[in-house]
Amino acid sequence: MTTIDTRGLSCPQPVILVTRELAAGKGSFEVLTDSECSLENIARLLESRNIMFETEQKDDHTIIKAKKV
Amino acid sequence: MKKNFFSTKAGIITAGSLIGITAALLVYLGNPKNMGFCIACFERDIAGGLGLHRADVVQYIRPEIIGIMIGALLLSLMKGEFRPRGGSSTVIRFFLGVFAMIGALVFLGCPWRAFIRLAGGDWNAILGILGLITGIAIGSYFIKSGYSLGRNYSQSRAAGYIMPGFMLFIFALLIFNFPKLFNSITGPGSMKAPFIISIIAGLIVGGLAQRSRFCTMGSIRDIVLVKDFHLFFGVASFTIAVFIMNMILGQFKAGFEGQPIAHTMHIWNFLGMTLSGFAFSLAGGCPGRQLILSGEGDTDAGVFVLGMITGAAFSHNFAMASSPAGTGQFGMWGTVIGLIFTFTIAFTMTMKRKSV
Repeated sequence: MTTIDTRGLSCPQPVILVTRELAAGKGSFEVLTDSECSLENIARLLESRNIMFETEQKDDHTIIKAKKV
Repeated sequence: MKKNFFSTKAGIITAGSLIGITAALLVYLGNPKNMGFCIACFERDIAGGLGLHRADVVQYIRPEIIGIMIGALLLSLMKGEFRPRGGSSTVIRFFLGVFAMIGALVFLGCPWRAFIRLAGGDWNAILGILGLITGIAIGSYFIKSGYSLGRNYSQSRAAGYIMPGFMLFIFALLIFNFPKLFNSITGPGSMKAPFIISIIAGLIVGGLAQRSRFCTMGSIRDIVLVKDFHLFFGVASFTIAVFIMNMILGQFKAGFEGQPIAHTMHIWNFLGMTLSGFAFSLAGGCPGRQLILSGEGDTDAGVFVLGMITGAAFSHNFAMASSPAGTGQFGMWGTVIGLIFTFTIAFTMTMKRKSV
């Protein structure tokens, strides 16, 4: 599984990195983010592509787990 | 994941409309024409109020700016989003702020005011917005190619409170009428909505923009980069709200000539905003967004804001700022040097991508 660490990156880099991942074929991936704003942006992107995902809250960041179809 | 209403399409449209209504009302209540809420202009006025430049028509500690940052601070504290952080190419961000301001003052307005001017019938704004789109498109190209200022890291809580603390400090100077502050007697700096309304308006706009992530630069960038119209809905509803309010309040006047605090030198309106848009896109947010991020504890954004205030001082001290008569004596130099700087940063920070 690919892990994309977007912690500390400013908009729009997290979204760009996830977009690249989506273009790179099938499989599961997870995204680490420490910004509410990036979290919302990534969620919006995944929803617009009809990709199911769940989020897991850690101490200082959130993990978004998604599976490409 | 709990849903933030303002992150939805209805939410950003609501936020944009409310910010637009506030902007038009502030003009009605005394702020300079077509300048209900101009972040660059008001930071420039703050630079003047502190005496960093001596252009005596644009000196006033604008409560709106203070309100925006404090509004964002309060909302982010309430929502658990206050997160002190920094260290992402800080000094580069400072100078991006300096040149973003120099470009904005060649045009006479930040992106917020560009849309407010458009909604007031000032067609010179069209040139500015075209410049803005051009600058952001260039920035987006570099972002797509891997441009990055690098990661930020968590910082101490104290660091996150510095910028809001600074804002509260100058607010106190204003309230207690500190005798060394500069206050315009004439000109745009003397035109102000009642103090209490200005600060409340700032707090409301700051809160709305914090929740909705309203960003004028981002609205164009996201369309260019990922064909996402989310933020654009916010800016479009903002512009439409200002337009409707201007019609209701009799503040709409269409044309190129004789527009308030504007000039008709099309090329420099275009290029000033190209520089500004480019710098904002490299820094990751429009001037309003930088204030919001500062309120959320982003010290890099805080340094960008300080860069903008410093840039305003350079602009007026070195005759780079425009006036209704046209560009300043050295405005063209400032724009060209700014473009050289921004392109240099864009190129060098794109080549570094592999190490990020």
